[in-house]
Amino acid sequence: MTVSPHVPAPKAPAPRFLLDAEQRAFAESLHAMLAAAGTPAVIRDWSRGERTAGRALWSRIAAAGVFALAVPQAYEGLGPRPVELAVAFVELGRYAVPGPLVETVAAAAALRAPGPAGRFLPGLASGESMATLAREGGYALDGDAAAARLVLAADGLRLAPGHGPVRASLDPARRLTRLLPGGELLDPDPPAEGALLWARLATAAQALGVGLALLDRTVGYVRQRVQFGVPVGSFQAVKHRLADAKIALEFARPLVLGAAVTMTPADVAAAKVSACEAAYATARTALQLHGAIGYTAEYDLSLWLTKARALRTAWGAPDDCRAEVLRARA
Amino acid sequence: MDLTHSPADEAFRAEAREWLHAHVPPEPLPSLETAEGFAAHRAWEAELASGGWSAVNWPRRYGGRECGLMRWLLFEEEYYAAGAPGRVGQNGVSLLAPTLFEHGTEQQRARVLPAMACGETIWAQAWSEPEAGSDLASLRARAVRVPGGWRLSGQKTWSSRAAFADRAFGLFRSDAEAPKPHQGLTYVMFDLRAEGVTVRPIGRLDGKPAFAELFLDEVFVADEDVIGEPGQGWRIAMATAADERGLTLRSPGRFLAAAERLHALWRAQGGPQGARAQVADALIGARAYQLATFATASRFLGGERVGAEASLNKVFWSEYDIALHETALDLLGEEGEFAEEEWSQRYVFALAGPIYAGTNEIQRDIIAEHLLGLPRGRR
Ligand SMILES: Cc1cc2nc3c(=O)[nH]c(=O)nc-3n(C[C@H](O)[C@H](O)[C@H](O)COP(=O)(O)OP(=O)(O)OC[C@H]3O[C@@H](n4cnc5c(N)ncnc54)[C@H](O)[C@@H]3O)c2cc1C
Repeated sequence: MTVSPHVPAPKAPAPRFLLDAEQRAFAESLHAMLAAAGTPAVIRDWSRGERTAGRALWSRIAAAGVFALAVPQAYEGLGPRPVELAVAFVELGRYAVPGPLVETVAAAAALRAPGPAGRFLPGLASGESMATLAREGGYALDGDAAAARLVLAADGLRLAPGHGPVRASLDPARRLTRLLPGGELLDPDPPAEGALLWARLATAAQALGVGLALLDRTVGYVRQRVQFGVPVGSFQAVKHRLADAKIALEFARPLVLGAAVTMTPADVAAAKVSACEAAYATARTALQLHGAIGYTAEYDLSLWLTKARALRTAWGAPDDCRAEVLRARA
Repeated sequence: MDLTHSPADEAFRAEAREWLHAHVPPEPLPSLETAEGFAAHRAWEAELASGGWSAVNWPRRYGGRECGLMRWLLFEEEYYAAGAPGRVGQNGVSLLAPTLFEHGTEQQRARVLPAMACGETIWAQAWSEPEAGSDLASLRARAVRVPGGWRLSGQKTWSSRAAFADRAFGLFRSDAEAPKPHQGLTYVMFDLRAEGVTVRPIGRLDGKPAFAELFLDEVFVADEDVIGEPGQGWRIAMATAADERGLTLRSPGRFLAAAERLHALWRAQGGPQGARAQVADALIGARAYQLATFATASRFLGGERVGAEASLNKVFWSEYDIALHETALDLLGEEGEFAEEEWSQRYVFALAGPIYAGTNEIQRDIIAEHLLGLPRGRR
């Protein structure tokens, strides 16, 4: 059975399964802003613990409304708007923006008790402050940079009194630390599941953006790198690896956007596993096809390569996400 | 963005489900790759047509419901979820019909489509030749101008279902002097029982005999069986080949149903840990393909055409299909070896996916060159 696409539908319905014009325009405006921001230099500063440029970029991202998408309107936000958030995080990933982006979104989703919400959310939405969030016993991203360090503890959402030593990630832009126990109890019954769902969705979208950037940069590179008298991009072994990367990313994309629409744990987990696997496979391809220059820290590709690996396990390793997909239909 | 279907579309889905529930044969039909199965499948096409479900998106005057692309996708989901038989009329419906809608004459459509919709005429695709597979434009079978039509000679091969089909459509070289291999090809329809046609069945991997090679010796076709302008066959065929790979050949419904069956099989075995990742990936892949297809359909309805992106689909579903069936056979263990086991039959069918409809190597070239903009290499 088939259709002929050439037979016009009686009346074309609205294209519901695509981003609308406003959502596409939002992505494009972020894209343009980030492209002009020179993120590689910002990332390198951030990795050394120099945060002036990173904070300035953070303010601009907030001004574009990104964090406000996770903050309810009652607290000076625009949210909750997970689809727009996913769109934004694809762009943040595309430019490898450093900082606790995902964690700030997850913190916003965790802060629902009126008092603490009123205290923290307006600042998160406006970009005035950064938050980080960890599960009890887990590591927090950029705990040394964040103003609000939240812990999803057994007895509720706590404001950590401080952080332990900072450890380097294999992605130099990610700095990890444990948060100290105790501290103020902000909410004995926080929406922890929901917060983790937002973290996972944002990570998936970010990973998709990282993968798309890796593919773009690699395509650009193999078109101009000449060996044996021709661009290496004319070799079929090279082309086919890039075609496979393109396929994996293009089929992860609808899962990410679809998950943002439904926000079910299984859909978000499916999006996370496929976006992260696609991004990671693309990173492997990107490194291989760049040859030794790809393995060189001062060459900017490295900023995306290491992030693809780190995001794969952040907020749910592939195995956990697959288990979630199966659990939903048990 | 929204992932829900309109109430009217959901009502259509419910109507399809109800009809299928009442009409799908309770026992699977014998394989359509055998004479007996072919006849049973032909009868099923007639049954479908009697309910108006054999070509739901076609105009009513040819036997369709004029229901549009989205509803076709919903119908297909219901079709496969109901465990309905494979479609013996597929080549005609997914390749020839779209070509006729775009390039045929009204007279050709009126003559060909109603008989196709009800299974009265089953069509075979006669494109490949022994020495022209991936390099299809190098084909040599020829069409020679004669009064009132053309005479076809040469050999075609790997023609699915041609052993039992009624008619075929294919490309023939009508101008041997044309400067490029893609030029001077003419797209024609011919009768597999016409004088001068010899059909020789060739067993597929599993030995089933519906596959065939065709020998043509001065076979006459009238002008009315030429599709589009003589000499323009390549352009006409390629436009529909993209549609075949892109939207119409493998609907997500098929993979959603297969993933559900795989999940059920895994659960029935107590959910063995070793296969957990593969089963989850089958479910995830079917959902990805479904959402990607809805997005493509939305673009289509918005007036865009599917071009080289079709190749993304083709590689995705063909490799997905094999992975899913390999997992099922692994789960079945020695039971999976039995030829009559449905999973093993579907596995053998899936194995051909990366080869037909343009091999996956050729599709990857298209993706690399047309979507990624990489330079053309030696070919
Ligand atoms: C189950 C099945 C059903 C089919 N049904 C039909 C049908 O109904 N009608 C019809 O006309 N045809 C049909 N075919 C034929 C099919 O279209 C061809 O098999 C296909 O186009 C490949 O051609 P080939 O088999 O000659 O392989 P070849 O072209 O000889 O290729 C052999 C191998 O070389 C690779 N290769 C070739 N060229 C390149 C290149 N440039 N770069 C990289 N790799 C390359 C191929 O990818 C393949 O792996 C069917 C095939 C199968 C398996």
